[in-house]
Amino acid sequence: MSRRDDERTPTERPGTAPATDPWALLRTLTPARIGLGRTGNAIPMRAVLEFQYAHALARDAVHDALDTEALCRALEPLPTLRVASNAPDRATYLRRPDLGRMLAPESHAAFAGIAPAEIAIVVADGLSATGVQAHAAALVHACAAALAGFRLAPVVVATQGRVALGDDAAARLGAALCVMIVGERPGLTVSDSLGIYLTYDPRPGRQDSERNCISNIHPNGGLSAEQAARKLGWLAREAMSRKLSGVGLKDDMPAALGTQSGAPRIAGS
Amino acid sequence: MARYHCTLGGERHGFADLRTLLAAASAPKSGDGLAGLAAGSAKVRMAARFALADLPLKTFLEDLVVPYEDDEVTRLIVDTHDRAAFAPVSSLTVGEFRDWLLSDAADAAALAALAPGLTPEMVAAVSKLMRNQDLIGVARKCRVVTAFRTTLGLEGRLATRLQPNHPTDDTRGIAASTLDGLLYGVGDAVIGINPATDNVSNAVALMDMLDTLRQEYRIPTQTCVLTHVTNCIEIMNRGAPVDLVFQSVAGTQAANVGFGVDLAVLREAHDAARTLDRGTVGQNAMYFETGQGSALSSGTHHGVDQQTVETRAYAVARAFAPLLVNTVVGFIGPEYLYDGKQIIRAGLEDHFCGKLLGLPMGCDVCYTNHAEADQDDMDDLMTLLSAAGCTFLIAVPGSDDVMLNYQSLSFHDILYLRSLLGVRPAPEFEAWLAEMGVTGGGARRPAPLEARFVRQLVDGRVA
Repeated sequence: MSRRDDERTPTERPGTAPATDPWALLRTLTPARIGLGRTGNAIPMRAVLEFQYAHALARDAVHDALDTEALCRALEPLPTLRVASNAPDRATYLRRPDLGRMLAPESHAAFAGIAPAEIAIVVADGLSATGVQAHAAALVHACAAALAGFRLAPVVVATQGRVALGDDAAARLGAALCVMIVGERPGLTVSDSLGIYLTYDPRPGRQDSERNCISNIHPNGGLSAEQAARKLGWLAREAMSRKLSGVGLKDDMPAALGTQSGAPRIAGS
Repeated sequence: MARYHCTLGGERHGFADLRTLLAAASAPKSGDGLAGLAAGSAKVRMAARFALADLPLKTFLEDLVVPYEDDEVTRLIVDTHDRAAFAPVSSLTVGEFRDWLLSDAADAAALAALAPGLTPEMVAAVSKLMRNQDLIGVARKCRVVTAFRTTLGLEGRLATRLQPNHPTDDTRGIAASTLDGLLYGVGDAVIGINPATDNVSNAVALMDMLDTLRQEYRIPTQTCVLTHVTNCIEIMNRGAPVDLVFQSVAGTQAANVGFGVDLAVLREAHDAARTLDRGTVGQNAMYFETGQGSALSSGTHHGVDQQTVETRAYAVARAFAPLLVNTVVGFIGPEYLYDGKQIIRAGLEDHFCGKLLGLPMGCDVCYTNHAEADQDDMDDLMTLLSAAGCTFLIAVPGSDDVMLNYQSLSFHDILYLRSLLGVRPAPEFEAWLAEMGVTGGGARRPAPLEARFVRQLVDGRVA
């Protein structure tokens, strides 16, 4: 996705001179679309187009296909496995989340003969192929470094995949811990955000309350790949030593290891 | 053995039980497909509608879609049913009931008297036989008036919830969005924040800020932080300024357990809120949100189609005399309502069913970015709902909720509806807007309110 040359930040709206417009200051207090002005009862043209442009980016993030070949190249030298969920296409995937949580039968063979590992990293398009294409490789490399010392399985790259798909894949790799990286549901402000879901003893049927989540990983004011990986490393060591994840594993990582920016949310669900 | 039948075009169609019949008669929804409950074909859907049209309304008092023993929502519905109120329509079939609702005999007084005699399942059933224009026309005849500091639901009025959410609950950011909305005349139903962090101390800080603003500017409205009801009970015990108690509710006991509530805790909260006695023109102190698909998403729908389960949630709401109830229609996602057509249909169904059961029904006209919908669909739905006499709509700055990451209506959309349909804000709020110099909404020449509010925000004296 190329960025437009004339892209504006939300605070740079045409026709507003900061010296005379008190709203210029108020806009610094919130990313919300305040002080838009009006023409009759309607939103002015430029703001309408900016809204529709943001929606277009979010729509493309949902509907673009993940180029798994390019992603696997970017993941080198880490070994990779490519699989698909049971959802044959995007329209079905959006209607049938249950299919996106299961591996396609044809993908089962991909796991044959792979040596058992301690931790499996799984990457899936989720609801933002754009985010995964742009940022997943860097995040995986950072996570692999943060998990040094553990035996890692080849990185699984899945298409039309939901969070729970990782359970099935990681179980087939004999892993004690699944690190699932997915594209998050895009918003108008950020359409390329990633989330990490950590599940101890992964197997089909795990509940969301049995996972820990690190969300809001993106370069536009979110958590950086390094910050997220540091958090993951701490949670993974805790999960492996305490043999659990989810609501029983609280995020009480020492503040010195924590993050200073962004708004990370760690929750059991 | 199929209990319900229909012979159509020489072909006999059977439906195993009432749940199956209701599901098959429903307008197409992706959620019913996901649950495996949808009609297998368009022909089967029509067979179900013919069968449903001939079904006596009384059937719903005997054949319960969720067993009485298993579910406290069913027990609430059965135990509070008013047989005397039901009497005028007790001999009708579902199809005859649809015709009666559209007749001149069903005026505002008749519909209000009937409401306690209707069960959610009867109302859901008849809605499945109604076209969109029927849902609009009958809902418009219903009059449900509630009050706290404003009076809502009066003829020719449309109220609004101002939703000034912020991704990190920054109080100055929330105040800035609140000012923006007030200048467009939005906020007479409630100024209501969805907190980014759902804990007691955060909610108290937000409540204090909203209450300070409300008192400083003598705004005749109510404020609400949409935190969990158990948090709100604790907050009321601490003496923080709670106007409305909020909770998401659903149509089965198990789905409500998924939300962390039951009828007992809602009763406790309702009692506590009434004891505070903070309303000035009324004491309706509860605010509920619902939405088709919520029971299915937690696997607690008991094989009942999503629109019927949704309507059962209204029985939960009506037990607590709420000021406000709204469906979050497009929020729950495309696996339940796939596209604009399904969202619009569901919005009209939910509004109609809520109104017929006697609720002050509003709507969050909205969609997520993975649904096949856009602002054009929202234009359609808000216009239709306003024509249907919807009690209130939700609006956010520029349609973009920057905390929940979905799109709702904008403050401008409310101006459009007021201008197009002549619908006015609640009378108490309307008088305040005039006093503050906010006339016609969106005053860009600085109103007294704007000048003072901005100065305080800039000085850091607000929040």
